[in-house]
Amino acid sequence: MRDIVIIGAGPAGLSAAIACREWDLDTLVIDEFPKPGGRLVGQLHQEPDGEWWNGIKETQKLVDKAEAFNTEIKCGVSVHHIEKVDNGFAVHTNQGVIDTENLLVASGAAESPAPLPGWTLPGVMSIGAAQVMTNVHRVRVGNKGIVAGVNVLSAAIARELQLAGVELHSMALPAVNTVTKDAGNPKKVMDGLVRIAHLAPSAFLRFGSKFAKAAWIRNLAVNFYPKGGVKMWGMPIHIRKAIVSINGTTQVESVTVCKVTADGEPVAGSEETIEVDFVCIAGGLYPLAELAAVIDCPFQYVEELGGHVPVHNQQMETPVEGLYVAGNITGIESSKVAGAQGTLAGLSIAKKNEKSNAELDIKIAEAMKQVKTIRETASIQFHPGINAGRKKVEKAYQAYEQANA
Amino acid sequence: MNQNRIIDHPVLGHLENKTPVTFTFDGKTYEGYEGDTVASALLANGIRQLRVHEESGSTRGIYCNIGHCFECRMTIDQTPGVRACLTELTPEMVVESGKVQPTPFSQPEDMPQTYADFTEKHTDNKEGDPNA
Ligand SMILES: Cc1cc2nc3c(=O)[nH]c(=O)nc-3n(C[C@H](O)[C@H](O)[C@H](O)COP(=O)(O)OP(=O)(O)OC[C@H]3O[C@@H](n4cnc5c(N)ncnc54)[C@H](O)[C@@H]3O)c2cc1C
Ligand code: FES
Repeated sequence: MRDIVIIGAGPAGLSAAIACREWDLDTLVIDEFPKPGGRLVGQLHQEPDGEWWNGIKETQKLVDKAEAFNTEIKCGVSVHHIEKVDNGFAVHTNQGVIDTENLLVASGAAESPAPLPGWTLPGVMSIGAAQVMTNVHRVRVGNKGIVAGVNVLSAAIARELQLAGVELHSMALPAVNTVTKDAGNPKKVMDGLVRIAHLAPSAFLRFGSKFAKAAWIRNLAVNFYPKGGVKMWGMPIHIRKAIVSINGTTQVESVTVCKVTADGEPVAGSEETIEVDFVCIAGGLYPLAELAAVIDCPFQYVEELGGHVPVHNQQMETPVEGLYVAGNITGIESSKVAGAQGTLAGLSIAKKNEKSNAELDIKIAEAMKQVKTIRETASIQFHPGINAGRKKVEKAYQAYEQANA
Repeated sequence: MNQNRIIDHPVLGHLENKTPVTFTFDGKTYEGYEGDTVASALLANGIRQLRVHEESGSTRGIYCNIGHCFECRMTIDQTPGVRACLTELTPEMVVESGKVQPTPFSQPEDMPQTYADFTEKHTDNKEGDPNA
């Protein structure tokens, strides 16, 4: 039986493993992707100070550090079930069952789908798929594409495609339907654009970030949105145009786009066809949390965190004895926050074994502070209400503890 | 071959010293690079269609590229239903596209309802079998 098994070798899982190994726990990290790093590997953006955040290099730093502590990392291992057993957990994988006393689920996030007619055609992919192909595998996903969905992630990845010389016609909204909802609503999308404005060297968007704190200004911006779109890095972003269908017989050949009102209603007769050979769908991110659900961890729905998250406290413990969570499974934030949460989770796991250890208590207090500091200074923020969201989970944990005391 | 590679990149640098790996897809030989997944090696060769829908026969390719959606399931070295986006390419790998299957696969009432049900129905399917 292991001291700790960590599911997910992303920034959260790797950082947690390093902390666990520093405290000499028998640690195993497993991940179903062939390489460690999780979604960090594909990331590439310029920080406000001009420095590049290169996910490949950041991953290497984490892996080197983990290796310096002789951390066992196994890739290509998929977890499909977890059982509660005496003194711990039985983790069912495609390579057999692994027994462990403690378990950290650091499974990250997944992309919400934004289904559109024709979206099953080869050549349609999620925006994250294009990120991994471009930056990790160095494969061109097509000759000319369009992005359906305007949000923090799609703007960052559209820029990455451009950097790699992959041509994008533009970014537009996915047409409103029962699934896409807010992603197809120009007003809601504008709220989001305000948050990514600092990434964009565009006067219009910077205007947005500085002054559009008031809802009435955002409404104005939506109503008077330029017909040619707002250009970000030379590429038009349309929030008053929506992709209504993706066309092709055996693969993507074109998309049909129409104008939409400020509320996302299609304008009849405004349809145009744009020839593209790939489409990236960007519906936003949600915590990938099923593995915590199969061992009966209670959940809380928190919009600011991206969806249903396992209930946990500030030390990353869940109400299930021995079960910890860290990273995007606890809410959608940038990889730096995920890493800081991982370190904290690792220390909390060490604490369970050490009982009273003053040095460890100090480290845990520092790690908790560090999570907050990194959150405050993050250059990529997925939701403005992140702090309120975190408080809701903390409350849910306390309520759960009281109810079961 | 490898016509869709991004060779030069302003931040990530030049793609160099890649070790070629040969494999077959539906009987034809292709070349990918060490470190590729089956999905990335195929796309590098301009192949987007990985399978057809088991029932309707409509064409399918990758969707998420990180193991979440199962849209990229293929038969790899004789094992059906393997995610191409998570499978690292190895020399002489035999990759086959997904085909139309006789339907219906099974009736809803025959499907396992719980994990215990599932393991009981697949008792001869040892743990370690990726299809278990
Ligand atoms: C497609 C995508 C693109 C993103 N791009 C950016 C970006 O550009 N910038 C940014 O700041 N943030 C981005 N994010 C957010 C990202 O989630 C965080 O930045 C960060 O990577 C989260 O770290 P993590 O360790 O929590 O999870 P991840 O980095 O997602 O790592 C989780 C790991 O768990 C593994 N895993 C999950 N389930 C299983 C299982 N059942 N069995 C075995 N292994 C499993 C996965 O393979 C993965 O490697 C992106 C997220 C996604 C989904
Ligand atoms: S493309 Fe989604 S699982 Fe492979």
